[in-house]
Amino acid sequence: MGFIIDATLIAFLALIAISALRRKRLFGMVMLSGAFSLVAATLFLVLDAVDVAFTEAAVGAGISTVLALATLSLVPAEEKPHSIAIVPAFLALTTGLLLSIAVSDLPEFGAADAPIHNHVAPEFIIGSEEKIGVPNVVTSVLASYRGYDTLGETVVVFTAAIAVLLIIGGWTRRETETAESTEDDHAG
Amino acid sequence: MTLTPWFSVTLASIGISIVIAILRASLGPTAFDRVLAVNTIGTLVVLSICVYGFFDGRPEFLDIAVLYALINFIGTIAILKFFRHGTLGDHLPPEDTHNG
Repeated sequence: MGFIIDATLIAFLALIAISALRRKRLFGMVMLSGAFSLVAATLFLVLDAVDVAFTEAAVGAGISTVLALATLSLVPAEEKPHSIAIVPAFLALTTGLLLSIAVSDLPEFGAADAPIHNHVAPEFIIGSEEKIGVPNVVTSVLASYRGYDTLGETVVVFTAAIAVLLIIGGWTRRETETAESTEDDHAG
Repeated sequence: MTLTPWFSVTLASIGISIVIAILRASLGPTAFDRVLAVNTIGTLVVLSICVYGFFDGRPEFLDIAVLYALINFIGTIAILKFFRHGTLGDHLPPEDTHNG
């Protein structure tokens, strides 16, 4: 039964991706990519990766849709006509094929003797409460064992948010017509 | 994971509904059809998370479903705002600021 659910979700993903690629208007693509992210998040959820699913739902379906819509107000509404680019298509297909081959070398899903469960994970699970003093193992790993890493990530995300706001925040398609009026409420 | 006929029927119905909604989002003649279809896909995904949670014996999936419903709602609001104003509304043209 689990296999049927996974296969159905992946089939939905393929269906949404193909119908997004066949759109000419960029608006339809944005809509369908939002739906794609939500279904992908459900797939992660079914695979027991709840934290990844949260991130995918919040960033992929929520923020990305809003950012892409904000971008749509700056760019033309339709995609330029173009032919199929052979080199990128070949690269993408080759990478996909190599990754599919590599999947067969992964340990079985949820296997207890997988390397990831036997390296440092037992030490964290057994000893982190004594060493760090936080009952939640994930919190002690994120905030203490990997504290500098988390600080760096936060700085990167913060910088990216500022950059996006600077690029998208000030401009609209009608910038030239309403340049005077937008000067006044720039603070808002 | 206990497989009961009711859960199978429910999940299958939701799956068929999602397929129909994807077809509408793909074919839909106007942009509003697509917005409605994508919003429906989101709602059905939220429903299927709830059903799957009970099916898998983990009713706490309901919390996750509520979060997804909120995100879906934010996305729809942003889309409708984009329709109304052509931007996301931080620099509205003067005539739109009164009734928007």
